[in-house]
Amino acid sequence: MSLPVSTANPPETPTARVVIPRFDGGFVGQLMPPLVALMIAVVVGDVLILVYGESPAMVYRLLLEGTWGNWYGVGQVLYKTMTLTCTGLAFAYVARAGLFNVGAESQLAAGGFAAAMAGVLLGSVPTGVAIFGCVLAAVVAGAIVGFVPGVLRARFGASEVIVTIMLNFIVFALLNYLLSAHFGVPETVHSASIVAGSIPRLSETFAVFHGSAANWTIVAALIAAVVAWWLLFRTRHGYEVRAVGLQPTAAVYGGIRVQRVVVLAMTFSGALAGLGGINFVLGYKGYYEDGFGAGSGFLGIAVALIGRNHPFSILLAALLFATLSQGGLAVNAIVPKQMVDILQAVVILSVAVAVPEVRRQIRNTAASTVRILGGAPNNANRAREKGDAQ
Amino acid sequence: MVALVILLQTLRISIPYLLAAAGGVMSERVGIIALHLEGLLLAGAFGAAVAAYYSNNAWAGVAGAIGTGLVISLIFALATLRFRANQVVVGIAINLLVIGATRFFLRLAFDSASNSPRVPGFGADGGAAGLLAIFQNPLVWIGLISLPMLAFVLFRTPFGLRARAVGENPEAASTLGIRVATVRTTGLLLAGALASLGGAYLALDQHQFTDNMSAGRGFIALAAVIFGRWVPTRVFIACLLFAAAETVQIQLQGAQIVPGQFIEMIPYLLTIIALIGIVGRSVPPAALGKVHQ
Repeated sequence: MSLPVSTANPPETPTARVVIPRFDGGFVGQLMPPLVALMIAVVVGDVLILVYGESPAMVYRLLLEGTWGNWYGVGQVLYKTMTLTCTGLAFAYVARAGLFNVGAESQLAAGGFAAAMAGVLLGSVPTGVAIFGCVLAAVVAGAIVGFVPGVLRARFGASEVIVTIMLNFIVFALLNYLLSAHFGVPETVHSASIVAGSIPRLSETFAVFHGSAANWTIVAALIAAVVAWWLLFRTRHGYEVRAVGLQPTAAVYGGIRVQRVVVLAMTFSGALAGLGGINFVLGYKGYYEDGFGAGSGFLGIAVALIGRNHPFSILLAALLFATLSQGGLAVNAIVPKQMVDILQAVVILSVAVAVPEVRRQIRNTAASTVRILGGAPNNANRAREKGDAQ
Repeated sequence: MVALVILLQTLRISIPYLLAAAGGVMSERVGIIALHLEGLLLAGAFGAAVAAYYSNNAWAGVAGAIGTGLVISLIFALATLRFRANQVVVGIAINLLVIGATRFFLRLAFDSASNSPRVPGFGADGGAAGLLAIFQNPLVWIGLISLPMLAFVLFRTPFGLRARAVGENPEAASTLGIRVATVRTTGLLLAGALASLGGAYLALDQHQFTDNMSAGRGFIALAAVIFGRWVPTRVFIACLLFAAAETVQIQLQGAQIVPGQFIEMIPYLLTIIALIGIVGRSVPPAALGKVHQ
């Protein structure tokens, strides 16, 4: 979502060589918003804990001990990291094209449902084939749910924000129908257990993780991050995605077929979110359950924001939010775990606020430096400031 | 008699939609995407329950709802207008914030993870006081007149003209001396008050606050705003239509004619259809979602 990088406009006088910082502010500009956001979140957390009459130091210690303090906690964090990585990547992928995918929640659910259905149907095939089939089913289901808003946006100009939100409800109603009328186990909210395609837990290889839900699907999330990075930064398609995100009109003049890029990006995004569904279904429970996503789709937005839409940073951001989620459970005995939900929302708000603010500060500093050093009349800077308004 | 029951049930279901949709129209008409309606409803319901419980007075509950709605709207306005943060992201963050905060403070205020104690409401107490009892609830009347009143404000008053101007073309409005940020903030606060009244209706009608009691109604209201093409009278009809669909779904439960889930989809499907423009395209206010410097 960063804006066009422009280092043009060299000053006229050779003595006043001014290096105008890049628009995204380089390293500092990228790192500042997440750090500011985390600091604000810690302060809000302190206030909430004090309101509840507990000691912040103790709560935070408990939070860390319950997550990174023992192997079970680490396993739980890794488990949650998998889903959040996928939904974070899903949001970031289209954000690079200047689009919003608010539908990760239902794409995730569709992916999980399809994986479970494949696992039930693929009875008598070799394990490898079954796993491949189930994962493929999840990815394709997510991709289909992502494809729809992509096409509606490209073909009819329908806001992908609204369409993905509406699709969330439609897909959930549809899955609910399929589950209750056809594929559910009576008297429960879950499907039959899969007979093939289940992916082993980490604890089967590393005994220390015993009891935790962590499983080998995390490797799929890592691969997804690498693939997303490769697509975005090493392929023509990725170049087109980023070009559309930076400046759609320029992309059109550059010969990029924007509509095609929009459809492809939304479809990939849905596929990434759908992949997240295998974590619960293939790696943990072995069946699809109504509402298993539990907000991971929306939390993916936070992950992408903190990760600044870069696949590798998103891995770290997912780890952070997984720690918070698991940490909420760890402190639930003394403060309500919903404190963490508030903190996560505060982080999203703060990053959303900090990103344009930091960018503006950097630009103002740059502009005043140029003025002080007697640079050329700052028309270019002014133009850029105006450009930021678009 | 059955027709009357269905009519009254539709009316009853439509009130939170009408109020939230009025907030949605107001917000989007000044150019701000109203993804936070869901959060406003839930916050309003919680504010109403807390205020009504501690004062033992339904009107105090209404005031509490408006207060909570204004606070949420101020945060929203500060982030989107003062700091020019992305409206979609902030809207979603507000919804998450309200869900978390209401649960947190539910435990703090009432030491419960699911619901508040019984709070006073409007009208005759004690359940089956007759079908027409809902007309004793002033919030029903406020809900019914909210969109017509909004139509008057938007199309017949100077503020309405300015509101529409900043929603369509803030640069031009600014050139004419209209303070864009002020008009937008006013619009957002008005929207917050309206939508939170919808929350107050939910809590006071059921005589308690329950966890996540808005249950997606804010998004149905948003759907009604889009399906009604941002025109108050059309939005009014859209709300009644969506409420009627819900009533039909409730009435058909167990009848096994059409699965309820398919009726549930109607508002969302209609909204998507309206957006892609098969029958008369929905065109949003021109500056919707754009940042104005």
